[in-house]
Formats: sequence, C-alpha cells, structure tokens
Amino acid sequence: MPLSNSPDVIVVGAGVVGAACAYYAARSGLSVTVVDRGPVAGGTTGAGEGNLLVSDKEPGPELDLALLSTRLWRDLAAGLPDGAEYEAKGGLVVARDAARMTALRAFARSQTAAGVTAQEVPADALHDLEPHLAPGLAGGFLYPQDAQVQPALAAAHLLRASGARVRTGQEVTAVLTGASGEVRGVRTRAGDLHAPYVVNAAGTWGGEVARLAGAHLPVLPRRGFVLVTEPLPRVVRHKVYAADYVADVASGSAALQTSAVVEGTPAGPVLIGASRERVGFDRTLSVEALRRLAAGATELFPVLAGVRALRTYAGFRPYLPDHLPAVGADPSVPGLLHACGHEGAGIGLAPATGLAVARVLTGDEPPLDLRPFDPGRFTGVTA
Amino acid sequence: MARTPADLAGAEPDPPFEITFDGRPVPALPGQTIAAALWGAGILAWRTTRRTGRPRGAFCGIGQCFDCLATVNGERNRRACLTPARPGDTVTTQEGHGHDRLAV
Ligand SMILES: Cc1cc2nc3c(=O)[nH]c(=O)nc-3n(C[C@H](O)[C@H](O)[C@H](O)COP(=O)(O)OP(=O)(O)OC[C@H]3O[C@@H](n4cnc5c(N)ncnc54)[C@H](O)[C@@H]3O)c2cc1C
Ligand code: FES
Repeated sequence: MPLSNSPDVIVVGAGVVGAACAYYAARSGLSVTVVDRGPVAGGTTGAGEGNLLVSDKEPGPELDLALLSTRLWRDLAAGLPDGAEYEAKGGLVVARDAARMTALRAFARSQTAAGVTAQEVPADALHDLEPHLAPGLAGGFLYPQDAQVQPALAAAHLLRASGARVRTGQEVTAVLTGASGEVRGVRTRAGDLHAPYVVNAAGTWGGEVARLAGAHLPVLPRRGFVLVTEPLPRVVRHKVYAADYVADVASGSAALQTSAVVEGTPAGPVLIGASRERVGFDRTLSVEALRRLAAGATELFPVLAGVRALRTYAGFRPYLPDHLPAVGADPSVPGLLHACGHEGAGIGLAPATGLAVARVLTGDEPPLDLRPFDPGRFTGVTA
Repeated sequence: MARTPADLAGAEPDPPFEITFDGRPVPALPGQTIAAALWGAGILAWRTTRRTGRPRGAFCGIGQCFDCLATVNGERNRRACLTPARPGDTVTTQEGHGHDRLAV
C-alpha cells in the first residue's frame, strides 16, 4: 500500500542526527519524511548529555566536524526557542598534577593549531572561574567554544523547525529497492513509503538498518551511565572535567572507564557523566560505574559530596571501530546515505552531519572533506 | 461520630509526642510520617517552589513525586511523606531547593 505524497527523502531515525539531516535537507528545498519506530529522541539522544565539545577532540576529521558544528549550533540556537537550553558556557579542563598539565598544554597547543580556542588557566586562577573546584589542582585550560544543549528538546525543536513530516511509532522493516538495486523507499508496519533517497540516521541501530538495505556498517553500542543530582543553584559554571577524560574517549578498550564530566543544567540538577563500557545492550545498573562517577565528581567538586544523587540513566553510544561516524553515500546501494555512528559526540556533531548530508543529497559541495567518514571504509570488514 | 483512620484500623498507638513546624508545636503519633502529622495539624504546605515561590506539600504521598520536600532537623530535601516523625523533630519550611548558600 503506497502512501501518498512521496517525499524527496526519507530519514530513518528521529534522534538529533536525523533531526539535523531533516532540517538542512528541508532548508535545501527537499521534502522530507522522518520515520522512527519510537518517539522523537527516544533513542540515545534522550539518554545522554548535551555537551557540544571541541575540547576533548584531538586534531583530525572529528575535530573539523566538531568545529563546524559549533558554529552551526550557535546559528541554530539563535533560531530555536529557549527551550532547547543552548548555553555557550565554555569548557574547563583541569589537570591534577604538573605532569598532566604538561600533557594538557601540548594537547591544547595542537588543538589551537587546528582552530580551537584554548586559554591556559594557572592554578591560582581556577577558583575565579569555578569557586567550588577542589584545591590543589595544577591548572587547566578554558575552551570558550564548548557549549551545551538539552538534547531531546534540541532534537524536537530542530525537527519542528524543519517542517518535515514526522512518523513516529513506525518501525522500518525493509528498505525497498528497484531493479538495479537503487533505493525506492522503506517499508513500515503502517505501509510503504516511497522516495529516491533514504538516510540511515538510526544511531546505534544503524548497522541493522544498513543490513535491511543489503549494506554493511559495523555500528556497535558503548554503554554510558549518567548520575543526576538533586536540583541546585548554579554551583558549576562551565562543563568541567579532568584531563584524563580525553584518553578514555579515544580508547578502544571494552573495559569500564569513568572520568567524570560535571555540568550544571538550567533546570537545576548537576549531571555527572559518563562511563564508557562495551557490554552490548545490557541495561543492568552498574553500581561500580556509578560509584566511580560519584567519586570522580566529588574529587573535582568536593561540595557535591553534600548533595544527593537522585537518579541515574544509561544510554548506548553508537560507535564504529575507528571512532568516526559514517556520513555520506553508501558505496553499494544507490540512494542510500548514512548518518550514524557518532559515538559520544552525536549531539555535538549533528548539525555538521546534517548539513553534509543535505549537500550530498542536492549534489552540492560538502562543507568539509567527507572522505574520513566514508561509509564504504568498512566494506570487506566482517562484523 | 467522626471516624479517624486510627478508629477504622482499630489502632491503639502509643502516646503522642511533639515535633515542631517552623517553631510551632505539632502532635504526632508513633509510626506517623511527618507529612501525616503536619496534615493532622491542618498544615498543607511546607515548601516553596524554586522559581516562583509557590506553596507545596504532599502530593502522591508515596515517595514518588518529591513534592513534599521539607527541611528536617536541618537536613534539606527530606520527603516528608516517607520520613517517620520522631520526638523533638524540627521541621522547617524549605525555600526552593534549599541549597541557596552553594550558589556561585
Ligand atoms: C551516557 C551518554 C552520554 C552522552 N553524552 C553526550 C554529550 O555530552 N555530547 C554529545 O554530543 N553526545 C553525547 N552522547 C552521544 C549522543 O547521545 C549520541 O551520539 C547521539 O544521541 C546519537 O544520535 P542519533 O540521532 O544518531 O541516534 P538516536 O538518538 O539513537 O536516534 C536513532 C533513532 O533511530 C530509531 N530507529 C532505529 N532503528 C529503526 C528502525 N528500524 N525503524 C525506525 N526507526 C529506527 C531509533 O528509535 C532512534 O530514535 C552521549 C551518549 C550517552 C549514552
Ligand atoms: S508526596 Fe510525593 S514524594 Fe512525598
């Protein structure tokens, strides 16, 4: 049963990445339908934090994507309602001791060469920036480009602003293809939807959607817990984390890693995130992960030892083996595009991803070199 | 004749004791929560909201909504509907999150 009014492009996934793809595609004049088996932001977008970071990225393709996204988020925020909770608060990375400070300084210098703004903060000036920081830290770097949004609200507002048709509660069960293997649309439980282009923005489930189209993309889940405190006045001004975090993010290890990233929210609670571990889609509460997050946060901000943690939640970051997302056309299925695998940075990287996808769809020059994100780079790798 | 929950349940509680709410004495029975004791004394609100200072008291009564937060013996954010009253407890109205002094 074909549904009427076939769009130009179908986006599978109503997370922040799908929302950004829809937004920029619609702005390029394309008609867009977004399909999700659940609600808007019901996947990882609703289960993470909203850090828009350049500070944690080493020079390379992901940083380029993040720098572009930072600018785009700022423009988007100007047009979105306050409800998206965009805050250009800046990030503060602190070093525990002189050795870590030396490493952080070298890291920041390499980032500066790549376009990041990073300002060294001597130990005695840390408390002017963050009065509740623990004593005895060796120093830090302030990254004014780091910002924050409330991801679920930001995704929802982007989707609304896109004007795309949104079909929630409709699982895509097949990708329809034509005689020469080209994409013709998708099959959902509510019927077939036709379009010459399908964008796979299914996040952690992007591998399954790729498989429905006969394509290969080895997206896997990397679990993370976030600890949420009771509502507080502003006790933490920036997003603050210890320099060790960068090593955890870049690590490929399956073992549990925690390095607390601490940030306040406009609603009041302080968010303490996030652990990283590869345990499949296991939702079992990990007391060890929470214990370590709490310990890491109170080490940075001793004042947090006196407030309550109210709840915790977990999500599954979509990661690809080389920790870079897949953005662009599928090498073997004409009309299929991928926009997934953003691991722990999908909120931050969504706008640049969406803009790039829109440019590929319209045949225009992408806003940056997409070769490092080529979805074809895993072909031949068996999952 | 007015029937009380204690009558209905045939309860024979031990003698009542006193707690205070914002300095005013309030009787409580052993086993009662602070919210129940306050309600029994006709007090329905013991917290103000964070942004607009509106009055709040018990809503769900079963520990789920966190509407009933009060400061008990100086400790903020105790759920009055779950916290048993103990002789001499000092309950005070909680303004907002109760953590104003931490603000930077
Ligand atoms: C604990 C934690 C903390 C994080 N912190 C940050 C952070 O601070 N900053 C940051 O940038 N990122 C962070 N992330 C990562 C970020 O949340 C993700 O990278 C991002 O949400 C991915 O968005 P997405 O739109 O690709 O995927 P999702 O939000 O998961 O959206 C994919 C959607 O596809 C739908 N879908 C899947 N299969 C089908 C199908 N067959 N048919 C129809 N629909 C389908 C799903 O229902 C889902 O809604 C964090 C993640 C976690 C877990
Ligand atoms: S009244 Fe709902 S938690 Fe106490």
